Amino acid sequence: MVNANITNKMRNLRDAYSSALIELGSKNEDVVVLDADLSLSTKTKRFGTVFPDRFFDMGIAEANMMGVAAGLAACGKIVFASTFAVFATGRSYDAIRQSIAYPELNVKIVATHAGISVGGDGASHQMLEDIALMRALPNMTVIAPADATEMEDVVPAIAEHSGPCYVRIGRADAPIIFETHGEFKIGRGLVLRDGSDVAIIATGTMTAEALKAYDLLKKEGIEACIVHMPTIKPIDKKLARKVAGKTGRIITCEEHTIIGGLGDAVSMAIAEKPVPMRRIGVNDVFGESGEARQLMEKYGLTAENMAKVAKEMIKKY
Amino acid sequence: MHDKALIKDLKRKALEIRKWVIESVYRAGSGHPGGSLSIADVMACLYFHEMRHNPKDPKWPDRDRLVLSKGHAAPALYAALALAGYFPVEELKNLRKIGHFLQGHPCMKKVPGVDMSTGSLGHGLSVAVGMALAGKLDGKDYRVFVILGDGEVQEGQIWEAANSASHYKLDNIIAILDRNGLQIDGPTEEIMHVEPIAWRWQAFGWDVIEIDGHDIEEILDTFHEIKMNEKPTIIIANTIKGKGVSFMEGTLSFHGKPPSEEQYKKAMSELEQEERELNG
Ligand SMILES: Cc1ncc(C[n+]2csc(CCOP(=O)(O)OP(=O)(O)O)c2C)c(N)n1
Ligand SMILES: [Mg+2]
Repeated sequence: MVNANITNKMRNLRDAYSSALIELGSKNEDVVVLDADLSLSTKTKRFGTVFPDRFFDMGIAEANMMGVAAGLAACGKIVFASTFAVFATGRSYDAIRQSIAYPELNVKIVATHAGISVGGDGASHQMLEDIALMRALPNMTVIAPADATEMEDVVPAIAEHSGPCYVRIGRADAPIIFETHGEFKIGRGLVLRDGSDVAIIATGTMTAEALKAYDLLKKEGIEACIVHMPTIKPIDKKLARKVAGKTGRIITCEEHTIIGGLGDAVSMAIAEKPVPMRRIGVNDVFGESGEARQLMEKYGLTAENMAKVAKEMIKKY
Repeated sequence: MHDKALIKDLKRKALEIRKWVIESVYRAGSGHPGGSLSIADVMACLYFHEMRHNPKDPKWPDRDRLVLSKGHAAPALYAALALAGYFPVEELKNLRKIGHFLQGHPCMKKVPGVDMSTGSLGHGLSVAVGMALAGKLDGKDYRVFVILGDGEVQEGQIWEAANSASHYKLDNIIAILDRNGLQIDGPTEEIMHVEPIAWRWQAFGWDVIEIDGHDIEEILDTFHEIKMNEKPTIIIANTIKGKGVSFMEGTLSFHGKPPSEEQYKKAMSELEQEERELNG
């Protein structure tokens, strides 16, 4: 079991991203960073200030940015390309497919502002199908870290990994749940709480909610097993099967459409020895404007909803 | 002025490329002869004179790169690479065949000498910009050549890339626009106009040179003239789609169709005749 607790400390994953990038850049001269006119929001600008020679703003031309990233990688650079998730994956899909994933080039797409918690900008900017798009691409690794600590581990880990990666983080500040570094490993899921009544497998921002759900359920005498899956592809099959066997009930939870994301990855992993599953995510609809917290509540992306679904499942199965 | 022997040799190479284009597409039973034939002369000049490369060391960091952005012209690229010694020419007979490495469109992971995987139009210039930026970052003097189709430049991403190349003053990019006038559904100017093409590239901050893309001497002279003046260069090569095979020249029908057996024989005999005249 890994030590993880909801703390009062909030930290933005984008800040963690830029700090980790700068640290990485100071150790490795091959690191090059691209952005598409959102470097103040993605925070890659900070890297650009420290390493102006190795930062290129490609303007509002995301598909081109992905192609340029591929060309740099083909010449030995480790390229981080950042913009909002909706533009990074949707607008650039064919460029990623053709020029990055197929030739398996060393490009790290770090997309911010993923999910419905983007808030006021509304559905046009709330990317809910990026995991599905990126997960479908051969050679692509897909990661959704839970907090700033983990994000700081993700950056050097993907730099070390040879090949394309997609990392999605949100816009909002997030509670720190890991107080120490070093737990993240590509492809490894983490058991944060042990229990045998139901397993809640969460990724990204939903992991903190899952920890809260554990406390809610515990008060009612239910022991939930809480799993954090920072890597959605390759999914930790062994762990998914293990907790399925142990609990006999799985709930997945992601700030993403229920189609093609964590829920699909987990159900594929346990398909040979299935157990009843419920997936919590956005139910095949677009988002809308609102405050982040209001939206998370409206779309059921909360600890309370997880606890409710868990109790329903325990009653039914 | 270039010496006569060189010009003659490159003409011979271009003919060999053309013959292999016909041979490989015929044997594959599919592929794109038209746009492969139109760039055969440029390919010959690049791989057998202008580019700095080493078939024994395909990943040599200091090599000039070539991105065949109009990836469907792979048969011409493969022929040039094989003739240059990257892999045995016999492999050209296995184009598009399962279990062999020559994919229908260029694949950098499988084919030695291919610098970038392409096939979906509109991507190659962006990749070339990345390669050129890397060259500048590393203080290397390699150049990045990129071959574009004249229909291909209807893709919006080309213009994003064109803009970024001039913005970052990438004078180490040399684009060659294969101006054969045709795309699949018809002539470019009927389907979706690209003229005034020279003016458009100039407006995007490029140096533009217009040439006859089948005149070896002119192609060589043009490469020779290109200056490192902080601007990317585009050569608009006026060409004939299907060039070298009488019944393919200027037609739409051989864009993506292999010759029949009879057409194959006729094409080969025309090219062989031309070869004899050249040597004769
Ligand atoms: C993005 C994309 N759209 C469509 C195609 C299908 N396609 C292959 S070749 C071609 C026409 C290309 O015309 P042009 O660029 O003029 O090439 P050339 O005449 O030299 O063959 C098309 C539409 C493609 N390969 N990629
Ligand atoms: Mg054309």
